[in-house]
Amino acid sequence: MTHATPQPAHPGFWRRCVFSQDHKVVGIQYAITGLLFLLFGFVLMMIMRWQLAHPGQPIPVIGGWLGPSRVAQGIMLPEFYNALGAMHGTIMVFLGVVPLSVGGFGNFLVPLQIGAPDMAFPKLNMASYWFYAAGGVIMLASFFVPGGAAQSGWTSYPPLAIINQGGQTYWLVGMLFLITSSLLGSVNVITTIVQMRAPGLTFMRLPFFVWAQLVANFLLLLAFPPLEAAAVFQLMDRLAGTSFFLPTGLVVSGKVLGNAGGGNPLLWQHLFWFLAHPEVYVLILPAMGIVAEIIANNTRKPLFGYRAKVYAVLTIGFLSFAVWAHHMYITGMGTTMSSFFQTTTIIISVPSIVILTCLFLSLWGGSIRFTTPMLFALAFLPMFGLGGLTGLPLGMAPPALHLHDTYYVIAHFHYIVAPGTIFALFAGIYYWYPKATGRRMNEVLGKIHFVGTFICMNLIFMPMFIQGLAGMNRRLYDGGAQYALNHEVLGLHVLISRSAWVMGLVQLVFIVNFFWSLRSGARVGDNPWEATTLEWAAASPPGHGNFATAPAVYRGPYEYSVPGATRDFTPQFQADVV
Amino acid sequence: MEIPYTVETRPDTGLFNAKLGIWLFLASEVMLFGGLFSGYVLLRTGAIDWPHGWERLSVPLATFNTAVLIASSVCMVLSRRALKIGRLAKGRAWLLATAALAIAFLAVKLFEYREHFQAGDVPARDNFFATYYTLTGVHGLHVAGGIVVIAYLAGPGAAMWSRQRERYANRVETVALYWYFVDLVWLVLFPALYLL
Repeated sequence: MTHATPQPAHPGFWRRCVFSQDHKVVGIQYAITGLLFLLFGFVLMMIMRWQLAHPGQPIPVIGGWLGPSRVAQGIMLPEFYNALGAMHGTIMVFLGVVPLSVGGFGNFLVPLQIGAPDMAFPKLNMASYWFYAAGGVIMLASFFVPGGAAQSGWTSYPPLAIINQGGQTYWLVGMLFLITSSLLGSVNVITTIVQMRAPGLTFMRLPFFVWAQLVANFLLLLAFPPLEAAAVFQLMDRLAGTSFFLPTGLVVSGKVLGNAGGGNPLLWQHLFWFLAHPEVYVLILPAMGIVAEIIANNTRKPLFGYRAKVYAVLTIGFLSFAVWAHHMYITGMGTTMSSFFQTTTIIISVPSIVILTCLFLSLWGGSIRFTTPMLFALAFLPMFGLGGLTGLPLGMAPPALHLHDTYYVIAHFHYIVAPGTIFALFAGIYYWYPKATGRRMNEVLGKIHFVGTFICMNLIFMPMFIQGLAGMNRRLYDGGAQYALNHEVLGLHVLISRSAWVMGLVQLVFIVNFFWSLRSGARVGDNPWEATTLEWAAASPPGHGNFATAPAVYRGPYEYSVPGATRDFTPQFQADVV
Repeated sequence: MEIPYTVETRPDTGLFNAKLGIWLFLASEVMLFGGLFSGYVLLRTGAIDWPHGWERLSVPLATFNTAVLIASSVCMVLSRRALKIGRLAKGRAWLLATAALAIAFLAVKLFEYREHFQAGDVPARDNFFATYYTLTGVHGLHVAGGIVVIAYLAGPGAAMWSRQRERYANRVETVALYWYFVDLVWLVLFPALYLL
C-alpha cells in the first residue's frame, strides 16, 4: 500500500511557490536564498575591504548610510568591523554555501538522480527550508539590535563571545534554527537515497554527486548536534549567568567578573570544531560531486576511478570526525594531542588527493567541450589543489604555530571554499539551469563571468599567502598598519580590495544572465548536454512527481563513448546500447 | 504522486521510510546528548572541587521519577501490543497512560527545580548546578515534545486507524522508538548527576 501526499493536484500560488512540499521548489527556494546570502556576505566583505585598504578614511558613498552606531564621520568603527568579519564568515558558511550546495543542489538533484518522485518526507523538507529562513532572518535582525551583530568571529570563541554585549545571543538562537533545519534536511536526504532509488539503481551505480551528498548529509546529521550542545551552554552562560566556558577569576577591563567560574574556554573550541571541521567537508564534498558530473559529461568518457572515489569519499566522512583539534594547535592542549591530530590530518589528505587525482586523470584523452560549466569545473581542480596543498603546513603543529591566525590561513581556506566550492556551485548552476528552467544560460555572458571571476579570485587570495607568510595577522581593524613588520606587505591590501570590488561588478554579469535567460535563453529538450544520469530522463523543467513513467536503471552512471554504440552516451535509463 | 515505502517496507532495505528516518534522528540525538555529556565530563574532571550528586539533589525523588519513566515505557510497549492485535481503544488508553506518566515525571522535575531555586541553587551558583539544569532541562524538553506527539496519537491522530491501520501502527512504532530513547537518556543522567 502506498500513500498519496495530501497536496491538491492544482495547488494555488502559496502552495506551489511559497509553502511548497515539492523537492524542486524547495531546492530552488534554498538555492535562491543561499545565493542572496552569498551576495550579502560578499557585500559585507567589500565594505570591510575598504577599511583594510584605506584604514581610517571615510567610506565613500555608503559611509553616510550606515548610521552613527557603525561609522563616525564616515569612518568605520572597530566594533562594526568586528561584526562585519564575524557575520561574513557565519553568513557565507551557514547561510550561503551549505544551503546552496546541500539544500539547493541536494534537494533539487538527489531525487531526480535516483529516479524518485520526491523526497521521502516532503513536509519535513518544507519545514527544513523555513527553519533555515527563520535562522537567516534572526541573523539579519542581529545587525539592528543595540550593540550590533555578533563580533566574536564566526567561531564565537569564549570568553569574548560571552562577555560581549549585542547580537551574540541572536547568533546563538539563529544557529539553533539552522541546526534544526540541517537536521531535518539531512534525515530526509539520507532516507531518500537509501529508500527511494529506482529499480536497478544499486549503490555502485549511484552518480558520484549522490555519494557526495550522502556523506555530506551524514556529516551534518552527526556533527551539528555537538555544536547545538555548545550553543545551549553558551546561551546559558549569556542568559542564566552560568560559567560553562568562563574560567575562575576572569578579569575583564580591569575588573574581576563576578561569575562562579570553573568553566573551560577550550570546551567550546572542542565542541565547535567537532562540528566545524566536518563542516568544511560538507562545504567541499557536494562541490566535488558537481565537478565530477560535469567533467564526465564534458569529457565524454567515464570518470576515472569511480570506485576509488566512492571509497575515498567514505573515508573522508569517517576521518573528518577525528581531525578537529588541528584548529587548536596554539591553545596549549599538549604535544600528545597535537601529534594525534596532525597524524589524522595528514591521513585525511590522502583520500582528498585520490579524488582530485581521479578528476584530473578523467581529463586524459577526453574530447573536452569547453562549455561555461566545464570551465568553472576545470578551474575548480587547480584552485582546490592550491587550497589543499597550502593546507598541509597548517596540518602540522610546528608550521601552524607560525601561520595560525595569519592571512595565510585566510588564503588557504578561501582557496578551498571561494575559487573551490563556489566555482563548483557556479558550474552546477550553469549545468543544471536548463533542467530547472527549460532554458540555457547565455554562453558568452557565462564565459565573461568565468574569466572575470577567475582572474579576480586569484588576485584577491594569492597576495594573502604573501601577507600571511610575512606574519600579518587576521582580524586586525587596520589591516596590520600598527605593526612595523607588516609594512612591506600592506600595499597588497589595495590590490586585494580593488580586485574584490571588480569581482563584485563581474557578478552583475551573472545576475543579468540569470534573469535574462529565464525569459530569453535558448529553449532546450530533456537532455541538452547529452548526459547519462537519470535527471535527464525527466522533462525540463520536470513536472510534479518528476518522471512521466517511473524510470528503471540498467547501467552505471557514466557510460560515455561505449565501444560499438552509435551515440557517445548511453543513459542509465536506456535498456540497450544502440 | 505517491511516495513509495511510507507504509510498506522496501524489500532490499527491510525498512519503511519513517523507521530509517527516526533512527537517523536518534543518531543525531545521541550526538547532541553526547556533546552535553562530554561537557559535563570535561568540567567535572577538570574541577578542583565537585560535589557528589546526592549531597545536593534529592535521590528519592529522582528514583521515583526513574520508576515513573520506566513505567511509561512499559505502557508504550503495551500500547503497541494492543494495536498489533487490532484493539484500538486499548492501544489509545495505554498511550494516554504513557503521556500521563510523562506529565507526572515533568511535574516532579519542576517541583525539584522549585525547591532548588528557593534554596538559592540557581544555575549560576556553580558548574554543578549549571550542568544539572542544562542536562535535565534539555532532557525535559524532549519529554515535553514526546508528550505532545503521544497525546496527538492517542487523540485526533488515531482517526487514521479506520482508513490506514498499518500506517497508524507505524507512527506509534516510530514514536515508541523515540520514547525509549528519551527514557534511556534519563537512565544515563540519573546515575551521572544524582548518584556519582
